[in-house]
Amino acid sequence: MFRRLNENAGSVMLEVDGMAVTAAPGDTVAAAMLAAGISAFGTAPVDGAPRGPYCLMGVCFGCLVRIDGEPDRRACMELVRDGMRIVGSAGAAGWAP
Amino acid sequence: MGAVSVDLAIIGAGPAGMAAAVEAAGHGLKVCVLDDQPEPGGQIYRAVERAGPEMEAILGEDYAAGRALADAFRAARVDYRPGSVVWRTDPDARIAYSRAGRADTVSADRVLIAAGAMERAMPIPGATRPRVMGAGAAQGLLKASGLVPEGRVVLAGTGPLLLLVAVQLVRAGADVSAILRTNDWRNHIDAAPFLPRALANRAELARGIGLHRFLRSAGIPIRTGVRDPRIEDGKVIVGDDAIPYDLLLLHDGIVPRTHLPRQLGIRHVWHGPQRHWHPDVGPVGRTEHERILIAGDCAGIAGAGAAALSGRIAGRTAAGRESLDLVRRLDRAKATRPLLDTLFPPTAPVAPDDAVVCRCESLTGADIRRAARDGAMGPNQMKAFARAGMGPCQGRMCALATAELIADTHGLDAAEVGVWRVRPPVMPVTLGELAAMDLQSSGG
Repeated sequence: MFRRLNENAGSVMLEVDGMAVTAAPGDTVAAAMLAAGISAFGTAPVDGAPRGPYCLMGVCFGCLVRIDGEPDRRACMELVRDGMRIVGSAGAAGWAP
Repeated sequence: MGAVSVDLAIIGAGPAGMAAAVEAAGHGLKVCVLDDQPEPGGQIYRAVERAGPEMEAILGEDYAAGRALADAFRAARVDYRPGSVVWRTDPDARIAYSRAGRADTVSADRVLIAAGAMERAMPIPGATRPRVMGAGAAQGLLKASGLVPEGRVVLAGTGPLLLLVAVQLVRAGADVSAILRTNDWRNHIDAAPFLPRALANRAELARGIGLHRFLRSAGIPIRTGVRDPRIEDGKVIVGDDAIPYDLLLLHDGIVPRTHLPRQLGIRHVWHGPQRHWHPDVGPVGRTEHERILIAGDCAGIAGAGAAALSGRIAGRTAAGRESLDLVRRLDRAKATRPLLDTLFPPTAPVAPDDAVVCRCESLTGADIRRAARDGAMGPNQMKAFARAGMGPCQGRMCALATAELIADTHGLDAAEVGVWRVRPPVMPVTLGELAAMDLQSSGG
């Protein structure tokens, strides 16, 4: 879906839904996921429809993911860090994390 | 970190916030800048400090011009706090915000809100699908991460940014397979009376004409007068035509980000041609609250050049200085606005029944209309009837469209219907962030 102008930019290792993803320093989590070909970041809490990021500037909350265990983080506002573990948000919130 | 007390606290590090900080610090004020992004520049100059020659060639000289402002901002004596999410501002110039997992406060003599603008949501059927995003969103990916869309890129909607993003993507090597413009010759006729005034800013007009020329000579298919577009899986449906896409970029103009001024209870003014609200701000940045100033696109859409000027003016106001010369320059910079505002009216202010309007709560146009008919006369009631605007985005994406639907259902104008009340915290704040707050140094 996206390619990088600088193909050798990646050196940060993430795990997204159990899959290894290479990101570039300075990427947001959302940019890294999109660059890895992930377009749906989870499902909507009300109707379960697949959702992805829309505004990429912190306004729409369409890119919410779980980062290192913390739920509902805006992927477009978090910079990647080595070893980050990201899980897509799945529908309505439950009790068991 | 602990709470600080400053002369001027600025919210936002885009052109307005950076220019205000440089100006105020130059007049000896103690300045603190809170911005939610990791780098200065705002949306328009996102990652400008890191842009190499290749990126500058793709994005153009207007973008590259932001570097001088970012450099001046870095050189100024300013307490700059990137990654700060402001969730409350009070008329007595106190700010509460979260940064790095911890809540904190700033007390100031004055607060300048320079929160900028956002892309107007475009509630057309299918717009919540993955692989559909704002044109400005794709532009941000290009600026900050050098990401270029692969496959067929279709842009749809209206406004100067739609064309600019198309040009930048073509320069970056993307396959822009179609531009579906919703404005047409009728808008040109409506806008014609504003052309003489716009000539006061010939440079901007010339840039706009340059975008058209570029796209034409690049052979990009452009349609105008597109009506009632709808999105199916991988296709934009326009009448009997299906236009395939791998990435669909929507853009329907930009609107001020008003949550902070709204939370402060500041009076807002309806912008008729563009059908949005902006806070009531005087010529040197003053509002009805003595200690609250507003500058840049947050005060009214006028573009980066005007935003930097209005930021400088607000910085001078905070320092007790006059700005007569700058106010004249700002007027000139804004000369094209009436033309542009009339040329690019929003595509679908009144959403169709099958379009999702409130993305957080998955409410369609039909859902909002039904609640309006059931007796929800205004936006505040609509929250109770349908939960519109009550999800995590706190109504940022659906406020305008919800008001338009209520107005249309009851035979009113959206200007009469207004917008729901905005209360703090205006951004989600976790109990963990509050628990980590240093209450002693925050004054309790």
